[in-house]
Amino acid sequence: MAVVLDARDLNKHFGAITAAMNINAAIEQDSVVGLIGTNGAGKTTFINMITGYIKPDTGSIVYQGRDITALSPREITRAGICRSFQIPQLYSSLSVFEHMMMGLGVVLRNAGLGGYFSRGRPNVPGHDAPAEEVAERILKRFGLSGYRDKNAQVLPGGVRKLLDIALTMVAKPTILLLDEPTSGVSAEEKFGIMDMVMSAVKAEGATVLFVEHDMEVVSRFAQRVIAFYDGRIIADAPPEIALTDPEVKRFVVGGALHRLDEQQAAPHA
Amino acid sequence: MNRDRTLPILGAVMLVVVLAGPLLPQWALFLVTIAIAKGLVALGLMLLLRAGLVSFGQALYYCIGAYTAGSVGRFFNVGDMLVQMIAGAAVAALVAFILGFLLARYRGIFFGLLSLALSMILYGLLVKSEALGSTDGFNVLPSTVLGIRPSEAWVRYVVAAVGCGVALLATALVYRYLRTPLGQLAPAIKDNEIRVEYMGTSVRNAIHAMYVIAAALSGIGGALAATTVGHIDPDMAYWTTSGEFIFITILAGTGSVVAPFLGAAIFGIIHTVAFDLSPNTWQMSLGTALLLLIVFLPDGLWSLFTRRKAA
Amino acid sequence: MDQIPAVIVDGIFYAAWLFVAAVGMTLIYGVMKIVNLTHGSFYALGAYAAASLTGAWLAKGYPPMLSYGVLLGSAVLVSVIVAPLIERGILRFMYAKDEVVIMLITYALFLILEDTIKLIWGVDPYFIAEPYGLLGSFDVGDLSYPTYNLILVGIALAAGIGLTLLLRGTRIGKLLLTVIHDPEVSRAMGINVDRFYLVTFTFGSMLAAIGGAFTAPTVSVVPGLGVEIIVLSFAVVVIGGLGSLPGAALGAVIVGLVRSATIHYAPEVELFVIYFVMALVLAFRPRGLFSLAEPRKI
Repeated sequence: MAVVLDARDLNKHFGAITAAMNINAAIEQDSVVGLIGTNGAGKTTFINMITGYIKPDTGSIVYQGRDITALSPREITRAGICRSFQIPQLYSSLSVFEHMMMGLGVVLRNAGLGGYFSRGRPNVPGHDAPAEEVAERILKRFGLSGYRDKNAQVLPGGVRKLLDIALTMVAKPTILLLDEPTSGVSAEEKFGIMDMVMSAVKAEGATVLFVEHDMEVVSRFAQRVIAFYDGRIIADAPPEIALTDPEVKRFVVGGALHRLDEQQAAPHA
Repeated sequence: MNRDRTLPILGAVMLVVVLAGPLLPQWALFLVTIAIAKGLVALGLMLLLRAGLVSFGQALYYCIGAYTAGSVGRFFNVGDMLVQMIAGAAVAALVAFILGFLLARYRGIFFGLLSLALSMILYGLLVKSEALGSTDGFNVLPSTVLGIRPSEAWVRYVVAAVGCGVALLATALVYRYLRTPLGQLAPAIKDNEIRVEYMGTSVRNAIHAMYVIAAALSGIGGALAATTVGHIDPDMAYWTTSGEFIFITILAGTGSVVAPFLGAAIFGIIHTVAFDLSPNTWQMSLGTALLLLIVFLPDGLWSLFTRRKAA
Repeated sequence: MDQIPAVIVDGIFYAAWLFVAAVGMTLIYGVMKIVNLTHGSFYALGAYAAASLTGAWLAKGYPPMLSYGVLLGSAVLVSVIVAPLIERGILRFMYAKDEVVIMLITYALFLILEDTIKLIWGVDPYFIAEPYGLLGSFDVGDLSYPTYNLILVGIALAAGIGLTLLLRGTRIGKLLLTVIHDPEVSRAMGINVDRFYLVTFTFGSMLAAIGGAFTAPTVSVVPGLGVEIIVLSFAVVVIGGLGSLPGAALGAVIVGLVRSATIHYAPEVELFVIYFVMALVLAFRPRGLFSLAEPRKI
């Protein structure tokens, strides 16, 4: 499969802290990649470098054959790489629907539509429908229609998370980066959220990278796992191989998988 | 979504003013015109306030507008108030466009303080500028419109009527702007800049645009005030003048493009009444009103009209 | 070139005055995160209290040499009465609000205080020139300066050194740093944050009042005295970095020297140059010369 995103030899230091060291990863089109590692291992730094929030000290990021290392977050977003956040980044004074309209407005504007002198309701590029319709459609897909006119401030945690992810879909991303999509979400909700996201992504067709601490989620949804430790990649393989790698077991999943093993070995305990 | 009737209502109110104008006494016409001039400045401040920015130096552009209007007369012998207002808006917008590269990088109190410093720079320059009358300022040429000079009895009325027309036009343009994606971005910028950037648009450019629009509106307001009062001086740039504009904007709230004019009118009435009753305590009334507003009506007077809907 | 000594001496005097007038503003911002526009009101209050009390003192024929104590005493008195009233009565209910909103609230309070001063002291000017001339003068080269100017230099040094020692060397100073760093955590740790705020606000305002009180003998005390001092103080503390004590000192010295140089060489740009320096510093160091970087947000 074609490589859509290629991280080449990324290095990043914050003072004495190594946030990224010799990071190399080629991401294939339409793949679903799980990024795992303990806190501070370099997962979010990796995402922040791809989206331009922080710049690597050395190395480059190539997206669809174009070097995007020096671009700003908004230019990278416009190029088709969209992200969600560990802590949902919402507009506290706006309703769910207004969130979508805000995002779609930007998409229209970036496409040269919806400017000062334009009239009527142009179709949103990529969605082939006017903004209101697209907003309703995306909300429905994420099960958010019932919250349409609720203010973001009063939404429960799982819904905030979904809205944060739904917002990335307005721009029809080629690559979707999800920073801990299930963190802060109850155990019952997390698979529901991931199912919803994955079906939406499949329908729209995008490559997904997601940061995740929950190994059950990783093994169920990821086709490929990249494990970080101390700013380095220590494993890059399909989940069944990566999650059983001794180094990954020791530094990343350790406890979690261990407990799973025990449960399987002694189901009655 | 029910049909928004903001503009027709504002148009109707202005029409009433224009029709009733000949019946109004001179001082009332003066009050109305000054309220429109200050309302224009407050309209600009409102755009910034929607994005969470409070400019403590908007008097800069008010003063630039006024001095541009005055200079057009002083140096080119042009007293046409339309020319004055267009020139005032243009010069203010140009200065704002240049300064905007700097100011759009700032938020919160730093935006406020830097804009304050810039307005005080102008004040400092004008005070020492002999050609512009230093601390005394200078008189503005009597107003003409399209080459016609109204008679002494009608000049106040004509200025008020033309002011109404220009304000209505400017407000309609702002109203339209607020319905574009860029105009609607303001509350999002206030709430969460990071998300705005990650939606794929530039917060800085959006603020820069708002800043220039706000300056142009203030420039028109300054020019209108100059031709109405007939005299300008450096105090128009002093920080207490900016304070007045902030008061009007907070008083009005950000709920509607009409609000700033209402705020300016109420400010004018408070000013006149309180000043007549007791010239030494009118600032106290103003301060008390501001304090009460911030505590009990943080979204301004306009929220009294819209509260029903929000509940 | 022979003007250089005069520029420096004038600059130092001006810087000392600026520092006393402005340091309270940076202190209050540093601890309470309030951009306090009532600062100018306290400056004016100090000047008025000093003018009337010292005037009365001298009119009664009490020893004029003690009038300096009366100047200081009246500044302390007026701020100890008014500052707690404002902090406890109004400001403390506003701490949850946005920085800009609190700034607007202090603007409202400034307007109220302006007229309160007019109500108490009227609108006619007050003069108490006697303390100014009492100490004679001293010479620097061929130039003669009133010895009185040295008092403000002394107060500036005392305030600067005293505050630094207080913050660095004492238990209270360390507790204060904790409060500055995180008021909520400090509260949870059992520190009386409210009292720190009250004391900081009173003390910061007192410094402004002292600045006003010791300026009173050199000017005519008139309404509006505090208006200009607000923006001057802004310039000083913003140049140094809001909330930074050494920053305020540096800001005062920069503004002092720049102003005195322009007065000697280019008097027509005197007012403009101070705000120009402020804008220049903000343009290149948005948070002032002494300031910390902002933390990462995501």
